Amino acid sequence: MALQIFVYILHKGGVADDSAQELSIAARKLDPEATVTAVVGGAGEQLSKVCEQAAAIYPEVWKIDNEALGYINAEVIRPMLARIIPAGAVTLVPHEHFGMDLAPGLSIKLNAAYLPDVVGFEGVEGGKLNAVREEFSGQVSTHVSCDISAGAVITVRPGAFQPQEGQGAGGRVVDKSGEAGTATPRRRYLETVVAEVGDVDITKSEILVSVGRGIEDQDNLEIIQELAKAVGGDVSCSRPIVDAKWLEKARQVGTSGQTVKPKVYMALGISGSFQHLGGIKGAPFMVAVNKNPKAPIFQVADVGVVADILEFVPELTEKINESK
Amino acid sequence: MEILVCVKRVPDTAENEIGVNRDGTDIDRDDLVYSVNEWDNYAVEEAIQIRDKVGGNVTVVSIGEDDAEEVVRREMAMGADNGLLLSDGAFKGSDGRGLATILKAAVEKGKYDLILTGAQADDGAGQVGGMLAAMLDWPYASLVNLVEILDDKKIKVGREIAGGNQEMNEIDLPCVLSIQTGINEPRYVGIRGIRKVASVEIPVKGAADLGVAADAVGQGGAKVNRLDYFVPELGEGAEMLEGSTEEIIEKLVEILKAKGGIK
Ligand SMILES: Cc1cc2nc3c(=O)[nH]c(=O)nc-3n(C[C@H](O)[C@H](O)[C@H](O)COP(=O)(O)OP(=O)(O)OC[C@H]3O[C@@H](n4cnc5c(N)ncnc54)[C@H](O)[C@@H]3O)c2cc1C
Ligand SMILES: Nc1ncnc2c1ncn2[C@@H]1O[C@H](COP(=O)(O)O)[C@@H](O)[C@H]1O
Repeated sequence: MALQIFVYILHKGGVADDSAQELSIAARKLDPEATVTAVVGGAGEQLSKVCEQAAAIYPEVWKIDNEALGYINAEVIRPMLARIIPAGAVTLVPHEHFGMDLAPGLSIKLNAAYLPDVVGFEGVEGGKLNAVREEFSGQVSTHVSCDISAGAVITVRPGAFQPQEGQGAGGRVVDKSGEAGTATPRRRYLETVVAEVGDVDITKSEILVSVGRGIEDQDNLEIIQELAKAVGGDVSCSRPIVDAKWLEKARQVGTSGQTVKPKVYMALGISGSFQHLGGIKGAPFMVAVNKNPKAPIFQVADVGVVADILEFVPELTEKINESK
Repeated sequence: MEILVCVKRVPDTAENEIGVNRDGTDIDRDDLVYSVNEWDNYAVEEAIQIRDKVGGNVTVVSIGEDDAEEVVRREMAMGADNGLLLSDGAFKGSDGRGLATILKAAVEKGKYDLILTGAQADDGAGQVGGMLAAMLDWPYASLVNLVEILDDKKIKVGREIAGGNQEMNEIDLPCVLSIQTGINEPRYVGIRGIRKVASVEIPVKGAADLGVAADAVGQGGAKVNRLDYFVPELGEGAEMLEGSTEEIIEKLVEILKAKGGIK
């Protein structure tokens, strides 16, 4: 029997997120025969715009129009979704800050299985879905079997399913606001505090010398700064460096940091988690230096060196300075 | 404020490279060093800071085998007041739902105002906190990077969203929060701290003590099961530079110059 799949559409300022396209590919990969329906929550005119965009991808779009969704809040929309998503259906949600907030609890409310952060689907057989996940920030992968006979909520890794051009579904929009009902949220949105601007805007840098936990100690950062100076680039970093307060937040590359688009990106002692890579756009030329030959960063870099950055970087800097 | 913090014992990725064992049934566990899940340390630190401000107790709970006791003890050395180990053969092979079911039973045996989990653990799921909240029917906030206690009915939390922005929310108590790294600076635990709690008795509870139906948890109750572990195909991986350090550096400088990596 063909599955019934629902995909949750993220949007901002009246524009559907890239994941709207990606989830359509993911749904087809999960089950080519499935009927796929997009669900969009929001309020007013912006919502209508997003529904139109979703209808260009999906044959049917369910719209939940409610003032309480003017700023999307997982605690508000979760009970609404639990009311309208039929038993036994599979729901796909992007694995990012909103999906992580919404999805685990939704699976409980729907009495469905929960499968987080999927990077690949490998077919359904006898009520069991085969999927691919990563563990230990991508150092190893696993095949998992998920019992979807009573439905499932699945979060899908952003970027794992590449969208294709040239769709045109001409879908219809169905207003489900009434059925979805309302909710008295026990968590209330107050405001968004915008990230502070740093002294260097790494989103504009052409050359980024980026450092990760492999640097081991704050004092060692000096060798990174010297390399950056030698190549005429700026220093950026992965999240643990900011968590340790060794560099300011504005230098962090990644989904919860800055989105950068340099020409050349040097990843030094960075393992290559998807949240870090999610902040690197425009396919820069990437050089990775890592002491672990199996580090996931080597799968995405153009050039790799297996070395201890504490020894390698100063030597590289010296050579560059000499060659000038 | 009575605070429960959920902690997991995981292989320490700062100390180990993680690989797959010979037949692909597990990661290679020879010589692994274990520690507390990175995110959970931030959660315990936050709980201690809240307690020190408004009073109350911090209880640390872990589901695992006997060796999970060491992480509970370590977090008590940080300053948690109580420890609790949930251990039973029937728990083995639990999926996220199973773990949340076990924790829910433990929560209902106590009286907590606030539950903290880490945002995610070693398998990158980020599921236990949200599931637990839904099972308890308590409000939930994930990826929390700021907590401010307003009164005994509600607190203010910051959630980390895209681009380093922060979403501020007011949330009713009792609630469940998943804590993001960077929210605080977890304190250092020295030998003396460990010694102080070395002989503290940590209660262990099993399925029967908690009133958990054994078939609702463990491998049997799991809807999600791992089939194997593998290392993904390298695909179009990087061109690896080889040779002596000097040769590598020479090549790299050339490449960088060609690609505009040296101004
Ligand atoms: C919701 C969420 C959002 C996140 N957002 C971001 C984000 O925006 N940006 C971000 O970066 N992360 C983000 N993370 C964290 C992310 O999951 C990883 O934990 C993080 O990227 C790891 O940083 P790292 O590669 O520096 O450290 P690790 O993963 O610890 O890797 C360190 C690497 O250095 C290598 N190494 C160690 N010593 C040396 C040495 N001497 N020489 C050479 N190599 C060495 C190791 O082999 C390892 O590969 C986020 C996580 C979550 C849950
Ligand atoms: N075995 C466990 N025992 C106690 N808490 C756990 C356990 N597994 C996960 N957790 C909690 O759930 C959080 C998220 O883990 P996960 O959902 O597995 O990514 C962790 O940071 C812990 O706080």
